Amino acid sequence: MPLKCGLCDKQAILKRPKTGDALCKECFFLAFEEEVHQTITDANLFIKGETVAIGASGGKDSTVLAYVMKALNERYAYNLNLVLLSVDEGITGYRDDSLESVKRNEIQYCLPLKIVSYELYGWTMDAIVKQIGLKNNCTFCGVFRRQALDRGALMLKVDKIVTGHNADDIAETVIMNVLRGDIGRLRRCTAITTGTDGALPRCKPFKYTYEKEIVMYAYFKKLDYFSTECIYSPNAYRGFARAYIKDLEKIRPSAIIDIIHSGESLSVKKEVKMPVQGVCVRCGYISSNTVCKACVLLEGLNKGRPRLGIGKTHKERLKMAEDLNEKGDSSINSQNFFENGQLDSFSEQSSQSGLSCCRSTTAGCSCQTSEICNDTAGIHSSVDQQKINSLAIDF
Amino acid sequence: MSIPITLEFSGGAELLFDRQKRHDINLPKQEYPWRIQELLPWIRDNILKERPELFLQGNTVRPGILVLVNDTDWELMGELEYNLQPNDRIIFISTLHGG
Repeated sequence: MPLKCGLCDKQAILKRPKTGDALCKECFFLAFEEEVHQTITDANLFIKGETVAIGASGGKDSTVLAYVMKALNERYAYNLNLVLLSVDEGITGYRDDSLESVKRNEIQYCLPLKIVSYELYGWTMDAIVKQIGLKNNCTFCGVFRRQALDRGALMLKVDKIVTGHNADDIAETVIMNVLRGDIGRLRRCTAITTGTDGALPRCKPFKYTYEKEIVMYAYFKKLDYFSTECIYSPNAYRGFARAYIKDLEKIRPSAIIDIIHSGESLSVKKEVKMPVQGVCVRCGYISSNTVCKACVLLEGLNKGRPRLGIGKTHKERLKMAEDLNEKGDSSINSQNFFENGQLDSFSEQSSQSGLSCCRSTTAGCSCQTSEICNDTAGIHSSVDQQKINSLAIDF
Repeated sequence: MSIPITLEFSGGAELLFDRQKRHDINLPKQEYPWRIQELLPWIRDNILKERPELFLQGNTVRPGILVLVNDTDWELMGELEYNLQPNDRIIFISTLHGG
């Protein structure tokens, strides 16, 4: 027979992974909500009167987040103006279905909903996958989604965005950043609020909330959420980290919170060079490079070189330079291009006009026949500029 | 006497079962009581449609799949050792899909 609840006389329905406590349904609901409230107040996540966008995918985490945020906002008079914000990546048979569940949430929770579409980039994920195939599409989707959410939030003039990232997600990210040696992200990824330096702040009220409890909460509250794997290839690297975390949790449930704690406690040696956060010269979005990843990816798509922002960028740029050599002036020094064509240096020159790398080829070109180079650059840049200007208007 | 029980798969776990969430089944009579330990391979051999490695790992469910016995966390019910009773409702919820 099941145990009694550790807090009252009722029958327990769940063993809490974080504490090992057995709780009944009502005590679990309360403990779950109160812990989120505690996280919110300990970190001073919100100020009275703020407008907060809940990043809503229709999945379990964001559905529970919307429900709990609404409940706590009323119970503790946060006085927040809550809105749902969704991104439509343009994935037929996946996102269109999950958006239906967000639309139901809009009615069930009486929260206004705004949907931003990848159309603002001129590309749906369906179209991107046609170009890039199934191998690297998650890179595009991740980068574009992050920006699209910010753009939507700016349109709604919100003060903050909250996302449903849970403790398991954060532990996964810590492990992934360790494995990749990505010290910059490793240091940032456990912060409960990011983007305080100018961009729109993003918070994670579920930072310490276990995925198991979120799913149990949704189940016992009978919340309406959507759960289907994306039809395009799953993010394999994250998948491994995920399976690893779940295996650890099985053996020792506190492992998840312990990994987060390790991430929070890390301090990076002074000698370690950290990327400097600046803004993209093309679109103004926060970026540690002169041109942000989204703009590089978009440039690649618009030029029919979708691999431009994927993996070893210089390889693709070198190939592009070689092609240009064949078309234009054979005396363009491709070694020179290689050096100048790297993102950080070329993009400074393109800041005014939203140019492509072609013009930087000209700038870095050691030959005297700059007219030809400029001509080639002009053809590409005019196409590019149109796209980028239309982006700027969307803002 | 066979044991009638109800199985439910959700949270994405149903995708491995032809998208069918609810299965009313009869476990055949056997000498010893049916435990979840024996139920799992029975599910794999009889109703699972694809990729058993996404449902089972070793002799148990894949970590990340929650199991409820009559709406109670199986971790409070003895997990694999739980003796199935007629008309039990066993629910498998995947936490591994989307967010």
